Amino acid sequence: MKRRNLLSLMTAAPMAALLPGCAALSPATTGTGDLGVVIERATGTLALVNTSTRTLLGEIPGLGDLSHASVVFSRDGASAYVFGRDGGLSKVNLLSRRIEARVMQAGNSIGGAISADGTLVAAQNYTPGGVKVFDAKTLALVADIPAEYAPGKLSRVVGLVDLPGRRFAFSLFDGNAIWIADLSQPGAPRLTKLPDIGRQPYDALVTPDGRHYIAGLFGEDGLALVDLWEAQPRARRILAGYGRGEAPLPVYKMPHLRGWAVAGRQAYLPAIGRHEVLVVDTTTWQEVGRIPVAGQPVFVIARPDGRQVWVNFAVPDYHRVQVIDTPSQRVVRTLEPGKAVLHMEFTPRGDAVWISARDDNRVTVIDTERLDTLATLAVDAPSGIFFTARAARLGF
Amino acid sequence: MKHAAVLLALVLGATAAGAQGVSATRQHELVRMVRQDCGSCHGMRLTGGLGPALTREALADKPLGALAATIFHGRPGTPMPGWRAMLSEADAQWIAEQLAQGFPEEIRKASR
Repeated sequence: MKRRNLLSLMTAAPMAALLPGCAALSPATTGTGDLGVVIERATGTLALVNTSTRTLLGEIPGLGDLSHASVVFSRDGASAYVFGRDGGLSKVNLLSRRIEARVMQAGNSIGGAISADGTLVAAQNYTPGGVKVFDAKTLALVADIPAEYAPGKLSRVVGLVDLPGRRFAFSLFDGNAIWIADLSQPGAPRLTKLPDIGRQPYDALVTPDGRHYIAGLFGEDGLALVDLWEAQPRARRILAGYGRGEAPLPVYKMPHLRGWAVAGRQAYLPAIGRHEVLVVDTTTWQEVGRIPVAGQPVFVIARPDGRQVWVNFAVPDYHRVQVIDTPSQRVVRTLEPGKAVLHMEFTPRGDAVWISARDDNRVTVIDTERLDTLATLAVDAPSGIFFTARAARLGF
Repeated sequence: MKHAAVLLALVLGATAAGAQGVSATRQHELVRMVRQDCGSCHGMRLTGGLGPALTREALADKPLGALAATIFHGRPGTPMPGWRAMLSEADAQWIAEQLAQGFPEEIRKASR
């Protein structure tokens, strides 16, 4: 009797395992390099897209509050880790289109990162303020790092990035600090804390070589820079006083630094409270120019080859997107791809850019050389766009 | 039936109070703006983010006038900007009143 039960279990299990494979794409015949996801923020759904055919492949619902969602990918590009505003962290398999694991890991979350070796996923949280680290396979909690910057006081965490090795860097909005967490022994994170980096860091980026971590400051004109290759990393101020003492313009939406714009020797950064993109030399970290643009920049993103930098804006200027030509450092085109443009994502080699227009329920695909529209896709209230090529890039 | 009538009276009362000069069309725009644009810091469900939660419970002890002033003029030293370039004082007052009562949901059209 016992033996028969065991036998029937053994035959039932492989059949059950085969079923999902029949219903969706077969991993044997489909790669992941063409795939991407678009956040449908109002409905808690991921739209799955193919970036070569420029088509919608399907939807994955049930991901909670995605009103400020972000995504990182496993190294094979098959799994998307989705960080929701409500603290939900979901692992979605893009081939089977199934949610493989999901945890409610915080009350209020803002994004995350994946370690270079693909084994650890880290979430940055506002409530409770801190970073939580999970096993990338199972989403089991591996480490909890409360951002306690003063006794009993937890800071909201921003600007979380992966660093080479099993390390992450992040900034403490309330704590005016940058912390580096080494998780080479995942259960026992080692923290390096850099205090007094400047007032109210709001987001940060790591340069493509993993050497420099830059946090934008909301509370003052300037940014904090850390050279991570130094034996004793320390934060120093760059571009201090870029506002020249003028009264700042209202910032109706915080810029994002995550989609960094390092183009050749130069980094292009959004000014805060000024309708300008700041240009910095990445060898001297001195300002070498500033480019007037159509509003408060939100995303300033370089085409992968660095020849162009694309900029979108905060409300009420968010129907526009501007294209900066980097050799001449001028805006060469202003596009109006729809109402409430929230995000832009380049195809892996930058031949096209996908732009989400929330209020037009549309994603527009634009040829980056000819600047004409290649396709439009109907997507419900689209916000973030994430292509699997991010899996291979440090800081994404 | 009686329940529905009471509810209707409550809704009408709520929208009439202090809403001088805020038309139904404008109210619709303001609901969308708060949910979507204020939502980028306060959360689409207004449960908070970089900005604090704006749920009825979270605002229970905040005077209406202070809420309206914060919306219109901003809060120096914090990321909260003044929205006077996009809102009238009546708009700000209307938003403050709605927040204090629990902000209305956006009525969404199906996109496709």
